[in-house]
Amino acid sequence: MSLFAVVDPVMQGLLLGGMYALFAIGLSLSFGIMRMVNIAHGDIIVLAAYVTLVVVETLAVNPFVAMIVVVPSLAAFGYVLQRVLLNPVLGDDILPPLLVTFGLSVIIQNLLLAVFSADPMGIHADAVQTASIGLGGGLAVGVLPLIIFASAVAVVAGLELLFAFTGLGRAFRATSDNQTVAQLMGIDNRHLYAVATALALAISAIAGSFLALRTTFVPTLGPSKLLVAFEAIIVGGMGSLWGTLAGAMLLGVAQSIGFRYNSGSGILAGHFVFLAILLVRPQGLFARARRS
Amino acid sequence: MSLCSVRRLSVGYGDFKVLFDIDLDIDEGQAMAMIGANGAGKTTLLRAITGLLKAPDDSIKFAGRPIAGTPPHAIVALGVAMVPEGRCLFPSLSVEENLLVGAHAKRRGPWTLQRVYDLFPALLQRRRAPVELLSGGQQQMVAIGRALMSNPRLLLCDEVSLGLAPIVIKSIYCAFPAILAEGTTILVVEQDIGRAIAMADTVTCLQEGKVTLAGPPKQFSRADITAAYFGR
Ligand SMILES: Nc1ncnc2c1ncn2[C@@H]1O[C@H](COP(=O)(O)OP(=O)(O)OP(=O)(O)O)[C@@H](O)[C@H]1O
Ligand SMILES: [Mg+2]
Repeated sequence: MSLFAVVDPVMQGLLLGGMYALFAIGLSLSFGIMRMVNIAHGDIIVLAAYVTLVVVETLAVNPFVAMIVVVPSLAAFGYVLQRVLLNPVLGDDILPPLLVTFGLSVIIQNLLLAVFSADPMGIHADAVQTASIGLGGGLAVGVLPLIIFASAVAVVAGLELLFAFTGLGRAFRATSDNQTVAQLMGIDNRHLYAVATALALAISAIAGSFLALRTTFVPTLGPSKLLVAFEAIIVGGMGSLWGTLAGAMLLGVAQSIGFRYNSGSGILAGHFVFLAILLVRPQGLFARARRS
Repeated sequence: MSLCSVRRLSVGYGDFKVLFDIDLDIDEGQAMAMIGANGAGKTTLLRAITGLLKAPDDSIKFAGRPIAGTPPHAIVALGVAMVPEGRCLFPSLSVEENLLVGAHAKRRGPWTLQRVYDLFPALLQRRRAPVELLSGGQQQMVAIGRALMSNPRLLLCDEVSLGLAPIVIKSIYCAFPAILAEGTTILVVEQDIGRAIAMADTVTCLQEGKVTLAGPPKQFSRADITAAYFGR
């Protein structure tokens, strides 16, 4: 076995992890701040992919320029979604938000099917999709996967800075600790939750735009993205965004290696790693010890 | 002048009624002590004033305006701050971050980080520490400082002496004169009748959800107060 056969899938897998991290971060944010699991999370990413496609085609712009429109649009959608649909059902019982977001998931999928049909679609003819950088020895990394990975690192670093050093970040952490007492500090939790969802959807929009650039997509792709996001969060450990990135990279490597051995078993290899981590270290690799 | 007035307030949790026809006036600039046995409804009354518990319209006025039905964060913005029972600090925030969260409403006034550290010097050197590494007394200081950071006109303190040694309690009660000196009105909930009477301009006693005694402490004999506290 050549060195290439080992290094190449690992490297591609690590970069794939950047994409998976972008899938996961929004979900991790809503769970961390609101204890809410958004079942429609994957469908929102796919929705963002279609919105990117529409913007690229109607405005005839580069997909990266399109993100200037797509990201704020989804953030605004997230704010309204939280205030109108999700805040009223948030409470001690975790079931109502699960049911509502499940409903939302079905609605988004059916809307996308109605408007765009079940045919795979994609964004073509952008040089960045095929460009790569040779590293010697036959190794090469794609420019797009590198950009996606760098974006994931930037998003995680940006969020960590936000949480650590801003008033908004403090309010998020306080609300995550105890939302009742946070209200007694003058924090409007309904507004704060809406801001959190806006942030989550902005990041999902970035993920969706990159998804649209990387591959073709269909309206029913959402649940599989939700699953990857969920696995990355669990593997990395709840409450740590760097952990989520690491978990996503581990899943990426497992899939990439699995795929190399048998093109049908890549996804399965990822699930095996997820199950193995769940058995050996159920709190995840980098779980932040929650003080209580 | 009455800063906060409560009229015919009856509230509870679902069908379980806790407070019955409560009338209460907290005068601006004064210290009021509220006493009452376990379960009398003291915390419930504070939860109604702070908006955590829905109170009937017109049952609570603050600075002349009805506040029943106003959400808690907006009541903080009007100038009501709470030191909750059991302190309820934010465990994932440092001492200083806990204090800064208290300033979220951005009300102007005398209280700043510096002034809180002047009031409780013990906190200054622990400002970067996670709150659970602090002693119980220091944690209580953070809870009071956090509430002060919103520059309240009315400071509600729910059992600040709970679980603390007498000498520590004394150091915490020492802070109240400085807070009153800034013109802040204080309501302290206290189980210890002696300590309550010593610090307060007026004392109110709750018993099974009803006000059984209210007025300046020197009006009442020890027997009056005991009767109001325990029932006869
Ligand atoms: N969240 C709640 N749900 C239902 N009942 C409650 C709740 N909180 C308090 N109660 C009940 O309301 C009554 C008054 O409680 P409250 O906490 O106001 O009393 P308290 O005077 O503050 O007592 P303590 O001195 O023990 O703090 C008690 O019978 C209590 O069991
Ligand atoms: Mg109480």
